[in-house]
Amino acid sequence: MSLTLEQVRRVAQLARIDISDAEADTALGELNGIFSLIEAMQAADTAGVAPMAHALDIAQRLRDDRVSESDQRAAFQAVAPETADGLYLVPKVIE
Amino acid sequence: MIERSLKSLAQGLAKGEFSSVELTQAYLERIARHNPEINAFITVDPDKSLAQAKAADLRRARGEAGPLLGIPLAQKDIFCAQGWRTTCGSRMLENFVSPYDATVIERFDAAGAVNLGKTNMDEFAMGSSNETSYFGAVKNPWDPARVPGGSSGGSAAAVAARLAPAATGTDTGGSIRQPAALCGLTGLKPTYGVVSRWGMIAFASSLDQAGPMARSAEDCALLLNAMAGFDTRDSTSVERPAEDYTRLLAADAPAKPLAGLKIGLPREFFGEAERAGCDAAVMARVDEAIAAYRALGAETVEVSLPAMQLSVPAYYVIAPAEASSNLSRFDGVRYGHRAPEYSDLDDMYSKTRAQGFGAEVKRRILIGTYVLSHGYYDAYYRQAQRIRRLIADDFARAFKECDVIMGPTSPGTAFRIGEKAADPVQMYLSDIYTIAVNLAGLPGMSVPCGLANGLPTGLQLIGNYFGEARLLDVAHRYQRATDWHLQRPTALAD
Amino acid sequence: MKHGEVSSGWEVVIGIETHAQLATQSKIFSGAATAFGAAPNVQACAVDLALPGVLPVLNRGAVECAIRFGLAVGAEVAERSVFARKNYFYPDLPKGYQISQFEAPVVIGGQLAIQVGDSEKIIRLTRAHLEEDAGKSLHEDFQGQSGIDLNRAGTPLLEIVSEPDLRSSAEAVAYARALHALVRWIGICDGNMQEGSFRCDANVSVRRPGGPLGTRREIKNLNSFRFMQQAIDYEVRWQIETLEDGGRIQQATVLFDPDSGETRSMRSKEDAHDYRYFPDPDLLPLVIARDWVERTRAQLPELPVAKRARFVAEFGLSDYDATALTASLEIANYYEAAVQAAGVASAKPCANWVMVDLAARVNREGIDFGDAPVSAAQLGRLLARVADNTISNNIAKKIFDAIWAGEGGTGEDAADRIIAAQGLKQITDTGAIEALIDEVLANNAAMVAEFRAGKEKAFNALVGQAMKATKGKANPQQVNQLLRSKLG
Repeated sequence: MSLTLEQVRRVAQLARIDISDAEADTALGELNGIFSLIEAMQAADTAGVAPMAHALDIAQRLRDDRVSESDQRAAFQAVAPETADGLYLVPKVIE
Repeated sequence: MIERSLKSLAQGLAKGEFSSVELTQAYLERIARHNPEINAFITVDPDKSLAQAKAADLRRARGEAGPLLGIPLAQKDIFCAQGWRTTCGSRMLENFVSPYDATVIERFDAAGAVNLGKTNMDEFAMGSSNETSYFGAVKNPWDPARVPGGSSGGSAAAVAARLAPAATGTDTGGSIRQPAALCGLTGLKPTYGVVSRWGMIAFASSLDQAGPMARSAEDCALLLNAMAGFDTRDSTSVERPAEDYTRLLAADAPAKPLAGLKIGLPREFFGEAERAGCDAAVMARVDEAIAAYRALGAETVEVSLPAMQLSVPAYYVIAPAEASSNLSRFDGVRYGHRAPEYSDLDDMYSKTRAQGFGAEVKRRILIGTYVLSHGYYDAYYRQAQRIRRLIADDFARAFKECDVIMGPTSPGTAFRIGEKAADPVQMYLSDIYTIAVNLAGLPGMSVPCGLANGLPTGLQLIGNYFGEARLLDVAHRYQRATDWHLQRPTALAD
Repeated sequence: MKHGEVSSGWEVVIGIETHAQLATQSKIFSGAATAFGAAPNVQACAVDLALPGVLPVLNRGAVECAIRFGLAVGAEVAERSVFARKNYFYPDLPKGYQISQFEAPVVIGGQLAIQVGDSEKIIRLTRAHLEEDAGKSLHEDFQGQSGIDLNRAGTPLLEIVSEPDLRSSAEAVAYARALHALVRWIGICDGNMQEGSFRCDANVSVRRPGGPLGTRREIKNLNSFRFMQQAIDYEVRWQIETLEDGGRIQQATVLFDPDSGETRSMRSKEDAHDYRYFPDPDLLPLVIARDWVERTRAQLPELPVAKRARFVAEFGLSDYDATALTASLEIANYYEAAVQAAGVASAKPCANWVMVDLAARVNREGIDFGDAPVSAAQLGRLLARVADNTISNNIAKKIFDAIWAGEGGTGEDAADRIIAAQGLKQITDTGAIEALIDEVLANNAAMVAEFRAGKEKAFNALVGQAMKATKGKANPQQVNQLLRSKLG
């Protein structure tokens, strides 16, 4: 199968990556090349095979419910693009 | 001094032949002289490094000892190090000074190692040539017109050029082993879960694993001793008793030290038709290495990994899918790049990410977003996960018949800068031998096995889960019998 | 709209998704505190801020809460459940994805009984899953921008999803109230709706009875029962009107505006979402051993349904009283402790006291039952004195007020101390009472005459005079009897 330009734009929008028409055209060609490589998967018979999400078959370890972190706001916000009164600032959020 | 092994440097420090400050200074001078050409380091901070060296000397003066106390090491710029700029090779993090330490960094600090600087890498570890770095391509010290491999290309080039005695790398699809092969180093990707991922900027979480890159298996073992260990902060870290990875290396070397070792040779690497997928000169070096192993007493058996042919397609679904999600946090809100101009919130996100990420990263985010999106998940992501299981099952079957699997690390020697940059598919296929190991979560190594056309080649060793000590031993026996790992580029000798 | 009522030929179908913040000390995937009301971002640690390289580790306490809930609603506690990433961009979501559960939730099925009018209805639950809360966007003006506070990011939530079994706003509210009481009862959520600890989304649709399900609209973030009722009523009216006008319902997410009493579409949610769920590679499958479930079951308090049945059987309460006394664990515990101190024979008067006198006082002062200045044991001992005729019920009310005001000390014997100190012991000596009554009759000849003339009112006045003479310490019934026999 191959992607359409519309799909490339839609995916870029989902991923929040600004993409120009020229870039979308280039991406379309590249992605179709890559997907022609990926399509080889479709021939494999995987009926009855359990999907493998993790390399090791072990269970999640649990943390005790205990507060271990203290306030480090100053250090963390030192690397922030824009803050005021301890808040991170972003363009107006519209609900 | 720059040719000495870690063990020998530790002895030098212990005997007082030189101090950590002197040793660190020597490497910093080499970096100052040669890094402009090689571009192996993104960030060097002599004041910080020397302060650490001074502290190590003080610890030694107070009676402390240890195999890494005062040893300078280069750290891949994927590890967060408090107070150090940590870029992950990206414009997105060009000015990100980490407020915290990765576990790997913490453990090296505890061992008294000195951070020499942060090494260049493919952006967010996505690449096999180090050409995707925002901070420019890294040059292979064996031939500056060629790539060092990737994504840990800066670490590989730094060690090969003797700008550092050893370095750390990370390996998601071959990012330690392939640059090790292309730069003539020994590199180890441990079993998934052996080294904590806390503070290691994620590419594909279920595949990423950190490991050592050095000049010998012995040096790798010393580094792994410091890096490995259970970490409560990483849910995927494996809770096992601490292990001394050097424990098998000191044993006597009888004439046939590897008698009883069964080496599996996958038909998918060594079959008559399959050999064509690899550069003939590289394959010849690998064959010679296998012959050397036989001479050391090992026997070889043919094994089969039929699902392996699907490892590249499965990987290019799973890794981008995880990456697309892992990289969503880079949104210009809490840290990192924010576009200077935008009209609204969505525009801020989209411009920030378009500017902050390079072409390869964007490409993989798009692939990953697509394969996870509604209507495609089953055909791509779930199918890839099923193939992942088939690949792991193949290895499990193979390891019933052998102790270690061998083959080439990379299908060719270092390629020219720019040669594959325009064709992502060609680039992706350069990891054809290494990717399956990540999908299965197994440990893998690359060991230098001779030159082809004047360039290094690598022999890949794949072990069973948690078989690092044995794998290092198998590599070490070969390195005691051969001297390929001691070869070094002739340039940059001064 | 009343229960089950079909409004002008339309049937209302409602399903509710509830987000209950779990009462843990630390966050679901980090060691940061969950306390409410801290200064912005001081409780947002590296993990909550999604700094590069950080990783989640699951909080045992949050899992324990999920197990408690599963057991309390008779659901299956999954032996193996999986955390997944729900991907979307929003400034209050630092990772760009929310860690939730998708294909394999921790709690499967279950049910909740609700009381609608006089009848009980069983509402089926689909599932409950663990997930993390987002931060908060503050929309007041920060240099023309929004401010983001991530203190709440990573607070553990249990999302509880009902089947679309609810047929009216009244049922929806009854369900939400029952669920609210239950999560507080089993101690997994403080239920504070103002602070957002318990929030509901209502999926509302209408259809012709027996017809296929209509298109639903989801009303988000209902944080009071009253708003829930108003929002659903508005939404149902709007949907019916739209359909009757020949319009169609578009699937949408809407917000309720309490000021206008209307629902409106959320602009930011308009474009179709594609959350790209996939198993979180940073978290391994959650495996819950059976013995953990059994240990939790053993520690669970007696559930409301069981307690209600026991109150009826053991204490002879009516269904109505038993239901009222099991509205919350606090009331139920208070009541049981009071009965224990008063004796089972006083179970019914105890119920009246708790539901009427105590409840009125507690409500008036806006405090919790557990914080009432009159302890359950003090009330029980007080009522024991009524039961053994030491005091009358009227005197008991005065003593209750006195204990509330701090008299009699904090011991269980506060009532006894006040009775002794103020000489409130009831006069039971018939001779003494007769003497007092004779005196009253002698002094109120006019009233006696009126009574004899057939004016019953005069009798009551005489009782009043007699009680006054005993300073309220005589048993009114006894006074009544004696007076009648003397006049008879």
